[in-house]
Amino acid sequence: MIREFSLVDIYYLLLAARWTLALTGLAFLGGGLVGLLIAVLRVSPVAPLRALGAGYISIVQGIPLLAWLFVFFFGLPILAGVRVSPWIAAMVAFSIYAGAFLGDIWRGCLQAIPRQQWEASASLGLSFADQLRYIIVPQAVRVAIPPTVGFLVQLIKNTSLAAVIGFVELTREGQLTNSTTYRPFTVYIVVAAIYFAMCFPLTQWSRSLERTLRVSR
Amino acid sequence: MSLVELRDVVKRFGANTVLDRVSLTVEPGEIIAVIGRSGSGKSTMLRCINGLESIQGGRIVFDGETVNDPATNLRKLRQRVGIVFQSYNLFPHLSVERNITLAPRVVKGMERDAARDLASRALARVGLADKIDAYPDQLSGGQQQRVAIARSLAMQPQLMLFDEITSALDPELTGEVLKVLEQVAKEGMTMMLVTHEIGFARRVATRLIFMHSGRIWEAGPAGDVLAKPRTPELATFLDAVLH
Repeated sequence: MIREFSLVDIYYLLLAARWTLALTGLAFLGGGLVGLLIAVLRVSPVAPLRALGAGYISIVQGIPLLAWLFVFFFGLPILAGVRVSPWIAAMVAFSIYAGAFLGDIWRGCLQAIPRQQWEASASLGLSFADQLRYIIVPQAVRVAIPPTVGFLVQLIKNTSLAAVIGFVELTREGQLTNSTTYRPFTVYIVVAAIYFAMCFPLTQWSRSLERTLRVSR
Repeated sequence: MSLVELRDVVKRFGANTVLDRVSLTVEPGEIIAVIGRSGSGKSTMLRCINGLESIQGGRIVFDGETVNDPATNLRKLRQRVGIVFQSYNLFPHLSVERNITLAPRVVKGMERDAARDLASRALARVGLADKIDAYPDQLSGGQQQRVAIARSLAMQPQLMLFDEITSALDPELTGEVLKVLEQVAKEGMTMMLVTHEIGFARRVATRLIFMHSGRIWEAGPAGDVLAKPRTPELATFLDAVLH
């Protein structure tokens, strides 16, 4: 049945955008936890742990996000006999993916703190965990915020890939709307505009953070 | 018993031997000045003593504990060996008070009030009692270095290592830091200092060590070593720095 593209469709697309944001939020949370662990492994004084962190990053970054989604959604039922919902599959795949990228970004930020800060704090008897907590991370956070927000923008856009496993977010809702209205141009223009409305403020924020964080202490 | 003992210490960076069988003992209360060209190994020797650098041969014993033994708890040991660096290395995101109290509070579990008290006493020793709430970037180089000294002193170490702590300062600021250093020396602290301030070394050090190509080339009472160099290497070095 073909119907006209109307305000109601825009309303539904906006509703679907909530799931884009929800998936982004969860992926950022999960990816943030994984990323924190990976970044700490990468700067650990123990060489095998550093290698473990590096291995994780190269494996995850070497495989397309789409493949991760397929692995968890279609692969798990076959391999482990577990059926997973698109929600779970998307969340896990995106967390793994975001974890690798955030881990790599944050590793760089931790390593941007001069070696002398490590030496001075070690000389005072601080443990590795205390060095990170009191000396390195507080300084690295300032460096980390702009690229992290930048990655968040990537993440929002990349959640559109979850459409392929039937996760109904903005892009999938656009496909569904198009299949009933046959107005692809209008539909996808609206979809694009909604993505832009979510990403643009973040990009601007990231830019202004870069400016302010550079000049202040 | 000696406070520090280095025996046949060898340190290599790749194929480059930086310390070549260095042996030295330091008694409690001694003030040892180490002089020598850049690259002679003097800073590296200091950094080996608190385990910032690993060694490839020999042994280093501090107060009965072998620094280069993997079983030694370096964190415990470092609480008793203070080090002050050429580039101050204050924590830029923390106030002067927090710079000083962080380790006493986190490492030794000291209460907040006691730690602030400790900080103000340590700052008084370096003549900066009024800077307790300042941030490092509000201080001059000399003041930052004095805070770094106070930060080390607040851990109440048995040994203080000073690694060219005035080399980044202009002459005026050097003076104020050396004055603090002299005061600490008078209070009986055991100190090892790598320095280019020959006059200061002569006045304050109980022993002077001249290092050359990774070895202790000459050593003895500061006055004697400086007045009568026994080797051409020291004579050339003194000629270069004194003129």
